[in-house]
Amino acid sequence: MKDFALAVMTIDAAALRSALGSDRAGAVVCFEGVVRDHSEGRAVRRLAYQAYAPLAEAEGTRIVAEARTRFEIERIVCVHRVGELSIGDVAVFVGVSAAHRDAAFAACRHVIDEVKRSVPIWKKEHYADGESAWRHPDGTPVR
Amino acid sequence: MTVDVLYFASLRDAAGCERERIARPVEGLAALYEALRIRHGFALPRDRVRVAVNGAFVAWDHVPGEGDEIVFVPPVSGG
Repeated sequence: MKDFALAVMTIDAAALRSALGSDRAGAVVCFEGVVRDHSEGRAVRRLAYQAYAPLAEAEGTRIVAEARTRFEIERIVCVHRVGELSIGDVAVFVGVSAAHRDAAFAACRHVIDEVKRSVPIWKKEHYADGESAWRHPDGTPVR
Repeated sequence: MTVDVLYFASLRDAAGCERERIARPVEGLAALYEALRIRHGFALPRDRVRVAVNGAFVAWDHVPGEGDEIVFVPPVSGG
């Protein structure tokens, strides 16, 4: 499994978690970003994610590699969905194992924050009223 | 010179296509974005967009070459 991957199929969080185990690891921290049914007061029916795959994989790989140098961790993996997602689906998974919990928490938080900040993946929200909009988060939604 | 421009998210919807080949693009990436913004009616001003060439982010003053793949990267919303 690559450190960072885009996934067109359902993310199997349990399988990703099981691959993080290590005799040296006293802590495993996993974050799952999950599709919720509302956004800024609007009811959401489903999401679609689009990625510029070559750059998304390069950026994601860079972020995970940076986490390896910044934090004392054992194993790390990040997977992000693309395509059509339903409420409750896992959109992104970040898992980290480390000897101690501080590094695992810090690395997990760092990776999800950096992925959200810089990896070229975009979310389209489909609302209950039939409208839809791309989220471009430093401003208003763009229809 | 010919370049390929790929579109994503709201830019793809506005352009109505995933990519287009542009012959004799206007000089410079910033001017190219402005020209395409006017042509396709992109809602995003250039200061909210980054630019990538051949799969890597570049500065706006980067000079593209023949056959380059150019992506104007709108604000991302993964996670």
